[in-house]
Parts: sequence; C-alpha cells; structure tokens
Amino acid sequence: MTAVTLTVNGTERSLEVEPRTLLVHALRDDLGLTGTNVGCDSSSCGACTVLVDGQSAKSCTMFAVQANDADITTIEGVADADGTLHPMQQAFHEHHALQCGYCTPGMVMAAISLVEEYPGLDEGGVRHGLEGNLCRCTGYQNIVDAVLAAAGSGGD
Amino acid sequence: MTITEDAPGHVGSRRLRKEDPALLTGEAKFIDDLALPGAIWVGMVRSTEAHANIVGIDGSAALAIDGVNEVLSGEDLAPLWGEGALPCAWPVTPDMKNPAHLPVARGTAKYVGDAVAVVLADSRYAAADGAAAVVVDYEPLPAVVEIEDAVADGAPLVHADLDSNECYTWGLWGDNAPAIDAAFAEAAHVVSERYLQQRLIPAPMEPRGCAAVPSPAGGELTLYSATQIPHILKVMTAVVLGIPENKLRVVAPSVGGGFGCKLNVYAEEILCSALAMQRGAPVRWTEGRAEAAVSTIQGRGQVQHIELAADADGKVTAVRVKLLADMGAYLQLVTPGVPLLGGFLYHGCYDIPNYMFECTSVFTNRTPTDAYRGAGRPEATYAVERAMDSLAVSVGVSPEEIRARNFIGADAFPYTSAAGLIFDSGDYQTVLDKAVALADVDGRRSDQAQRRASGSSKRIGVGFSSYVEMCGLAPSRVLASLDYGAGGWEAATVRISPTCKVQVVTGSTPHGQGHETCWSMIVADQLGVDPDDVEVLHSDTAVSPTGLDTYGSRSLAVGGTAVYMATEKVIDKARAIAAHQLEASEDDLEFSGGVFRVRGTPEAEVPLAGIAFAAFTAHDLPDGMEPNLEAHVTYDPPNFTFPNGTHIAVVEVDTDTGDVDLIDYVAVDDCGVQINPLVVEGQVHGGILQGAAQALYEDAVYNSDGQLVSANLGDYLVPSAAEAPRFRLDSHVTPSPTNPMGVKGVGEAGTIAAAPAVINAVVDALRDLGVTDVDMPASPQTVWRAIADAQGGAS
Repeated sequence: MTAVTLTVNGTERSLEVEPRTLLVHALRDDLGLTGTNVGCDSSSCGACTVLVDGQSAKSCTMFAVQANDADITTIEGVADADGTLHPMQQAFHEHHALQCGYCTPGMVMAAISLVEEYPGLDEGGVRHGLEGNLCRCTGYQNIVDAVLAAAGSGGD
Repeated sequence: MTITEDAPGHVGSRRLRKEDPALLTGEAKFIDDLALPGAIWVGMVRSTEAHANIVGIDGSAALAIDGVNEVLSGEDLAPLWGEGALPCAWPVTPDMKNPAHLPVARGTAKYVGDAVAVVLADSRYAAADGAAAVVVDYEPLPAVVEIEDAVADGAPLVHADLDSNECYTWGLWGDNAPAIDAAFAEAAHVVSERYLQQRLIPAPMEPRGCAAVPSPAGGELTLYSATQIPHILKVMTAVVLGIPENKLRVVAPSVGGGFGCKLNVYAEEILCSALAMQRGAPVRWTEGRAEAAVSTIQGRGQVQHIELAADADGKVTAVRVKLLADMGAYLQLVTPGVPLLGGFLYHGCYDIPNYMFECTSVFTNRTPTDAYRGAGRPEATYAVERAMDSLAVSVGVSPEEIRARNFIGADAFPYTSAAGLIFDSGDYQTVLDKAVALADVDGRRSDQAQRRASGSSKRIGVGFSSYVEMCGLAPSRVLASLDYGAGGWEAATVRISPTCKVQVVTGSTPHGQGHETCWSMIVADQLGVDPDDVEVLHSDTAVSPTGLDTYGSRSLAVGGTAVYMATEKVIDKARAIAAHQLEASEDDLEFSGGVFRVRGTPEAEVPLAGIAFAAFTAHDLPDGMEPNLEAHVTYDPPNFTFPNGTHIAVVEVDTDTGDVDLIDYVAVDDCGVQINPLVVEGQVHGGILQGAAQALYEDAVYNSDGQLVSANLGDYLVPSAAEAPRFRLDSHVTPSPTNPMGVKGVGEAGTIAAAPAVINAVVDALRDLGVTDVDMPASPQTVWRAIADAQGGAS
C-alpha cells in the first residue's frame, strides 16, 4: 500500500491505496464520494471527469498516486455549502440537460473546465469541446444550450 | 428559459424537473454507489469462444491472487438453481424452441460472453484479476454467426439437441392470402426490397450491476439492481430460485438509463441472489463496459424482405413481409416477442387493405437479442419507409406525395388496420405538412439541384419518415392472445396526509423519464395543490408492491392514467366528506383550486386541507366511511395508444470520401396531450439521436469466428455532441380517446422515426449517381462503396 495525500473539494485527505488504484476508485470507494461515476474502462465516455489542479481529467484513467499532492474537485465540491447550485449545474437544470443523470457529474465538470479554459466558445466549440463526454439520453442539444448559457455566450 | 406562469394548470407547462438536484450534485445513489461492507465481489469468467465444449476450468492461478477466495464452475453452481433456467416470458408459438438457459453454462459455451465460471473475491479489483486469471480449456465447435447462415443447408447447430436453428415461425395474414396474391398480380408497381437491421449495443451510460443482501435470521433477501423492472424481476427471481415472494424485496436505485436492455432477468441477478442466500452475506457485481457489450442483450438483428403492390397512382394495395430475426444463442425475457411488436406495423401509417407478415426467428452463436428502444417498431418503420421511397421513384412522385396518397385519413379514426389493430387518433397529413414547411424542403431541393448541376462533391439529400407506433403496453387480453406471460396493467396509490401533502405510489419505474415531475404535475392540477407538495414513490417493491414497470412507452399512458384515476377516487371520497361537513348533497358540490364549494352558495366552502385533517382524525365522518384519504387503482388499458409523426432529415454527403453530415433534422410528433413539453422534447431529442446513430454510426460487428470486434466505446460509435445535429421540433396534438388525459407516449418515437429518415436522405443525395440503397450504418466506407458500385466499380 502507498500513502497518498489529496486535497479534495478543499479538504486535505490522506489515504493508503494499492499503487494500481485508479483515482476514481480512491474517490468513490475510499473517500465515499460516489458522485463521480464510472461509465467505461477506456477513457471513452467521460462519466468520471473531475478537475485535477483545475484541469478536467478522466479519473478512471489516472492512478490515485499520480494525483498525490494535487487539488481535486469533484461534483460534490461545486455547489455552495448552502445547496445553491453552481451556475453550470443551474444551467443544466434550467435547460433540461439531463435525464437519467449518470453522465451528468462528468459532463458538468467537463463543461466547467471547458468554459474556463476557452471563454467565448460558440456552439461548434462547445460541441467539439465536449466530445469526450458521452450522453445516451439527451441528444446533447440541451446540454450544449446549457453550457452556452452558463458561459454567457449564447443560449437562452 | 421561462416557466409558463400563466398556464391554467401545471399540465402543459415546461416545469423544471424535481429529479435534477440530486443528480446534479452527485447525491443520487446508483447501484455501484451502495456501500456494502463485507460484500462478496463477483467476477464473471466469460467464454472467449463463440461455440465450444468446456473441457476444463483451472482456477489455481486465480486462487493464488490475494483476495480471490473461490472459483466456481457451472457444475459447482448447479445446486443453486438445479435445472432452473433464466426465464423467457413470451412463448410466441406453442412449438417455439426455448433451450434451457442456465445462469452459468455447463458443458458447452454458446456465445462469446456466455458465463462459464465465477470468481468470488474480497474486492472489485481482486474479482476482476481473478476472472482474468481463470484458465478455461475449450474444444472449439463450428459456430453460426450470421442470420442467413443459420438457416442454410448443413448449418452447424447452435443447440445440438434441436434439429435445426429455427426457434419459431410466426405469421399474421388471416384468410386473405388469395387477395394478397391478386393484389400483386394486378399491381401497376411492385417494390421488392431486402434490408438489413444490424445488431446494436444499447449502451446506457450506466452499465448493469446488482447486489443481493440477505437477512439470514428471517430468511429475507433484498436484491438491488440497475433494472427497469423491479416488480417483474421480483416475481421471476422468486420463481427461478424458489424464494417465497414474501421474503423477497427488489429495489431499483437511481438507474442510469435502460433503453430496453435493463428490461430483463439476467444471470448475474439470479447468481448474486442465490449466492447471498447460500452464504448469508451480501454478494455484488458491477459490469464493465467491454463486458456489457457481450453480457447485456443486444438490439435489432434482422434480415427484412418487404414487397409493396400499388396501382398506377401509387396507392398501395398490399404489403407482404418476411423476416429472419436473430435471437442469439438463448432466449432472454421477451426475445422472441420483439419482432412481433413490429409485425403489426409494416403497413406504416398507410391505409393498405391487404397485409401479410411472417417471421422466422433463428438461433446464432451470439449474445441474445431482446428489446432495445422501439423493439420491433423501428425495424418495421425502417422497412416500410424505405420501401415507400422506392415506390415514389417508381411512380415518379415525391416522397411527400406518395405518403399523402396513402395516409390513413384524419376522418378515418378509430381506424381498424389490416393487421387487426384499432388506431386511436391522428392527422397524419397535417403533421407531414407542418414538417415540410418547417424543413424548407423546397429550398433544400433547389440547393440539391444546384449542387448536382455544378458537379459539386458535396451533395444534399432530403429524407422523409412518417411513422405510427403502438405503445401504452398493453391491454392484458391482447397480450394473452399473443401468448405473453403477464398482463399489461399498471397500479397507483394516492394518499393525502393530515397536513395535506400528497404521496403518489406508482408501479411504473423511471430511469431518466421524469416520472416524479410529471406525476406531480398531473396530481397537483387535479387536487389544486403545489407540485412541490407531491412526493412520488417508486422502484422499491417494499414501497410500491404492485406494478409492471417501464418499457414500451407505457409509463404515462398506463401508469400515469392509473395515477390520474387514483386521484379521482381520492377526490370522490373527499367530496363525500365535504358534503357531510357542509350538509349539502355531493351533486351540489364543485371542486376547483383545492376547495369544495356549494354551487350558488359561495360562502359554503371547505378546503381540501380541512377534509384531509378531518379524514385523519376521523371524528366526524359519514357513517360507515373508513378514515384517511387514500385510493388505489389498477388500470388495464382498453387499447394501445398510437403516437405518430413525420421526421425529415437533411444530409450533406461528400461523394469523394463517403462522409455523411446530418445538417438539419426536423421532427413533428403527435404524442397526444403533453404533460410537460420540456420532458417531451428531451425524449424526442435523445430518441432521434439513437435512431440516427443506427443509421450512421453504430454496429455490433462480429467476425466470422463469432468474435465481437466493436466491444468498447472506441470501436462502437455512440455519437458525441460533435456528431449530433441541432433538432428542430414541432408537434401536433390529437388526444387519444383511449384514456382520460388523452395521452399517448413518447419514449420511443424519435428512435422509431429517425433511421429511415436519415438513410432515405443519404439515398436521395446520391440517387442521380445511380445509388438506390445504402446499408446501415452508412459509414464513409459503406457510402463510398455504394457510389463506386453504382458508377460501375470505378472511382
């Protein structure tokens, strides 16, 4: 077992993991943060997307030990403590950008990272920026509108 | 985004979903989120051969791994279920072949993915490592992979104890065979087409998973499963394993999409339940994505032959259909019935007097097929809508004109189809006209002509698909006539608490559809309360003991109707209490906005809240009345419902590369009265993309050895936002007369309509190059090859 220290949603957490433990399983199984979902085993679907030092990363394709000393933000860490949703979460709600909700945590994290990194994206930019995150329910249109609205660059 | 504040009620408004906050914040619990300390983790060892005798299973390397405790073969596990097999609930003919389907195979593996052994371990990693380390010695047998090969002379047998690979032949033609022959003999135009429905992998974003938790002291078992059907699963698990139903509880936690593939009773659910009972400890399993491609049912898998006979004006006089349908190696819950669900609809939305449908279903050495979004109806719609375009070419009219000449007229409802269904309501021509206007078909065609004239390599195609589907499954007596093993009713309970909050218990099981929001809106309007004061309970047989769950676009038309009727019953009881309190006749009371009033005496009124408290205290109720406000209804629908619509796809095809770009998509649907248009549009968007994905991207590709070569999401092309078009929607409402709210259903409409619209558009783009057919998926390679073949093989 290997000692790992992560700062998760602002709180420093120390844990002992097998060296091959994936970051997503450290978050889910060791820290109980089950909001981050696993949808595939090949980095294809993006359901497991979290922020590592502010950048979106697929936590199913990263070892927990690689994230040692990193600052991790998961879906549990983006709303305010009083329950007020993050503007991206609120936009998803208002645009009906989720149905079953399984891809949603990863999609929201990827979208937060995308609009921070590329302000002023148009629809095509959002669509290409999210192509690493699959959704089987929505056909993406409402997701794209939500992201554009949250970015303040379009939508209604 | 605005919520329609001035709507007369909540029904019809774009109310935001109450399900969202838990899902948006990660608070919702899916199956793999359940914390079960001390659970035994199951790893499934799956056949790597399409057909092989299992000669030996060596678990020594697996057992050497830290945390792997046991390796069990099908023989070892046999005492758990004896001869008990996974259930098929739909024996469509008396002589249908249904080979025993054990949860873990004994003796012979029949498809890649067939479970052949099980590893029990302390952790998910140890279970996965252990499953990978088990060495299985196979003696390969000849495999049947493709559908038509299964019925070829001398084909190897999937099941050696059967005399052929045929599972059943089911037909629908009544006594009009001579009339059909005459129609074809006299036809001015005959269209005869062969279409392929490739196998599809449902791929909900959440793979399957289950966890069985025993209470050894009392002998009870709770089975948690990512399932669409906790109620059906409970009955089936009880029957297969002999667990008394009163000792069994099934819970579907938050479920991350189903699309039909979680409408089943799977080996892992039976295995975990049996092991948990035997070991007295929780037993759990979570599916991997590549594993899911072979261990969860696949969809479609048909070879279709369709013939249309038409007179000189293109009026269709007969349709004749023969299918070969791929069951896979075994029958799952409703595998054999899927082609039948389409079998009534190969005449599409057209008034065709003569109808013949015949399906021969076959076994192959591949993963079992079963219901996948649309289940038989996308296949039927594809065949008839492609054939109608061929007929339009033959007659020399436009796709919209050939449809107009054949539509069932708006004045013909209720309409009895040649296949024997009674269509409830519709105005197909108005729907098509709306779609044509919205899609600017004239403008697109002018662009198409211009590009053709200029020799552009970027061709434009416009494709139509008009559909009607049967949903709201189903009248129990009709199901009986089709030999389905259960009824089609749905149950609901509505309770009003002492403080006038409302509890709705529904037997319909959501996994993304928004039941909580929509049921709340219905009930809130009926009772004059706020939707936020309504809670909707579901998906747990301890809370919702009676139900038949969610599939076939049935939730609203059947389950929602049950909720509506239970609420009416509650209001009836409240009215009796109000009449008692107001010393008035019930007939003199009116109820609106949550208040009972005596007509003509406005000051004589009592709010529902007062009645609820009075019903609770029971101090002064009418003689003989039971306390509390609560009602239960089980609703068995008198008919199916028949949503319909016209979709128009516009594609740009690059003739140099074969690449197809879906540049516009217009859909006009009539799903009856809409409870929440926001939710309806979401269903239509997602449904269309799933259908378009069959047309353009998705394909469960098997090689000649029966190996699935598109098993992960890098090879199996579930579309992303970058491929998806922007959908432009309109709707038309003809209320269904079948149920009191006039609703029909919308969960499958988009998927049913989309694939033929897209392929018709691709063919339309290339018709002047001589292309008359393009197989699905219309990948660049397939399209390029179709163009090259049409041009004489050169390019």
